[in-house]
Amino acid sequence: MTVSRRGFIGGVLGSALAAGTSEASSVEYFSGYPGRYGLLHDTTLCVGCRSCEVACKKVNDLPPFEGNAVGDQSVFASTRRSTDTTLTVVNRYREAEGNQPAVYRKQQCMHCNEPCCATVCPVHAFEKTPEGPVLYHPELCMGCRYCVTACPYYALAYEYDNPLTPRVMRCTMCYPRIKEGLKPGCAEACPMGAITFGRRDELLKVARERIRKNPERYVDHIFGENEFGGTSWLILSGIPFDQLGLDAGVTHESLPSIGTSYLSVVPLVITIYPGLLAGFYAFTKRKEQLAKQESQAAVAETLKRAGEETQQKLAAAAEKAKKDQDKAVERAVKEAVAKALSEQGKGDAS
Amino acid sequence: MSLSVPAAPSPTEPRGGLLTPFNLITGAILLGGAVILAIRFTRGLAATTNLSHTNPWGLWIGFDVMSGVALAAGGFVTSTAVYLFGMKEYKPVVRPAILTGFLGYFLVVLGLLADLGRPWRLPYPFIRQAGPTSPLFEVALCVALYLTVLFVESTPAVLEWLGWKRARRLVGSMTIALTILGLLLSTMHQSTLGAMFMITPTKLHPLWYSAHLPVQFFVSAVAAGISMVIVEGMFSHRAFHHQVEISQDHFLRINLGLAKGASVVLATYLAIKAVGLTLEDKWQLLGTGWGLWYLVELVGFVLLPCMLFTVAYRESRLPLARVAAVITVIGVVLNRFNVSFIAFNWKVPADQRYVPSWMEVWVTVAFITFAVVAFRWIANRMPIMYEHPDWKGSH
Repeated sequence: MTVSRRGFIGGVLGSALAAGTSEASSVEYFSGYPGRYGLLHDTTLCVGCRSCEVACKKVNDLPPFEGNAVGDQSVFASTRRSTDTTLTVVNRYREAEGNQPAVYRKQQCMHCNEPCCATVCPVHAFEKTPEGPVLYHPELCMGCRYCVTACPYYALAYEYDNPLTPRVMRCTMCYPRIKEGLKPGCAEACPMGAITFGRRDELLKVARERIRKNPERYVDHIFGENEFGGTSWLILSGIPFDQLGLDAGVTHESLPSIGTSYLSVVPLVITIYPGLLAGFYAFTKRKEQLAKQESQAAVAETLKRAGEETQQKLAAAAEKAKKDQDKAVERAVKEAVAKALSEQGKGDAS
Repeated sequence: MSLSVPAAPSPTEPRGGLLTPFNLITGAILLGGAVILAIRFTRGLAATTNLSHTNPWGLWIGFDVMSGVALAAGGFVTSTAVYLFGMKEYKPVVRPAILTGFLGYFLVVLGLLADLGRPWRLPYPFIRQAGPTSPLFEVALCVALYLTVLFVESTPAVLEWLGWKRARRLVGSMTIALTILGLLLSTMHQSTLGAMFMITPTKLHPLWYSAHLPVQFFVSAVAAGISMVIVEGMFSHRAFHHQVEISQDHFLRINLGLAKGASVVLATYLAIKAVGLTLEDKWQLLGTGWGLWYLVELVGFVLLPCMLFTVAYRESRLPLARVAAVITVIGVVLNRFNVSFIAFNWKVPADQRYVPSWMEVWVTVAFITFAVVAFRWIANRMPIMYEHPDWKGSH
């Protein structure tokens, strides 16, 4: 599992669960397939003859350059990059000055130890082989080009002019030739010995030895040993690497480990949200219900109080009415008595 | 009950026949888009786009996918507010927002189909081989599921229109579950769209690159979603005024409430950005040219609308809230553009930078036009802007 120690276990949930266990149980560190191949590019030996470019086209059956590219230096006027028909290019990064030779660097896919193209591919169309090369499977590719976006080396190209079957195009480290026991085309073609093919760990030793023997010739650094988790291509240089167009801001942490750590949060969202949100919903419902109950209770209380008051009023009114009635009767009796008495008085007088 | 319905909208009679100015203009745009897409699928992306090996993602990803998903966030924001948080006064905007969301996501898929090298392989992550380590795999899965959720959430209007009561009741009973699922999926893919760029620390300018990209994308999407509801209301409230049955006052209160919400979300977003700059020690980068551009985005399109929303709410000024909403929408699109192709590849020499071709712009405009036409067609026929008399007050 060179590709990504964290991922590639299968299933978003599966990888998240496994991430926990693997980190808990494994003190072991997997540094990549043992004995895998690599290429050492010693830029101090490169003279910019472009033999590698020509050889690359030939072994990959790509349309050849017009005219004789070997020795044609006119292309160095601008900085080029690998394309869908030219999988590797040589650029000149410093002009010759006095007895200081010009500096060239060959650009192509670096075949990362932990390739981010493989990590970001939604169909997993890339594969880090035990031999070292990163392979691409066009039969799976849907053409989202996330790999092209993600590659920090600008090494991936796409067949934009192919309307129906476009592919991602990049150096394959001549995987078929390696399987046959041959060297990659560029390494075989280089007349200066600037490209050495071999086992990556052996190449690291070779590179260190060269730096040790000629400390004045080299910057004491092997680009690709640790950059972004390490690459199959290793580069030696006599000038600082950022002047070679190799990003100065690189880290030793692999891009997949930086770029996909967030994905471990995703299963948490899936597991926490339903309960949390159902809780919110229940909370809202309950609040509504409580408010309803409270208002109902308040209404009932009001009604009850109103009922009691009414009854009291009614009773009072009834009493008052009774009193009024009594008074009226009393008054009527008095009046009647008075009337009778007065009538009696009249009769007596006449 | 149905007697109380004001001016029940009839399936719209085509006003003035087929050759209305609206139809002519939209027809021309759509036809042009179809021609360009025909060229794209016969002569390739190279013939139609300015994409290159160095700039593999352009307008169709930056706008149609990255911005489209953010602008379609209104659906999950409003349905969550109404159904989960019980903010029932916002119910009238849920249906238009969900329809906008559904059409928005539909556009995302259309844009993706135009942009993918082999679009017919779109289901490959699910049927051929999964790449679960890819943020894009998660986005694809979530968008596929969420598009389905939005589709189901949109069906009540269709079922009411068709009069299929039993199916309508069934969908209605799933409202809470669908709302929860929608919020869950939206949280995941809105943020993961930002996470997609976390693997490019050397290519995306450090002011935009952040460990908090996922959270920043999610929060800004909520602001975009709320603002889109206001913007959408600005057009549809007038266009479908004969259907709208809520009072002018209720409509105003909804919009001012949305303005208040948007101002809080934008303030939160600003705070998150400030926290990011502090934690990652990037304040000094504001003094550079890119810093100036960053400030344009953050002050002009986040702080400014945040303040405008606040004033609009306090002073009950609907037009001001609408201005703020439009600025916010533009600001979120600008942010997605910055992340996906402006501040992306910032070290690449100027002559190799990406600028969209007119054909890319045309196709994007055609897709937006398609969504507007579809919205109009549906809202003219189905109960989107009003509640169907038989289903008043139900989920």
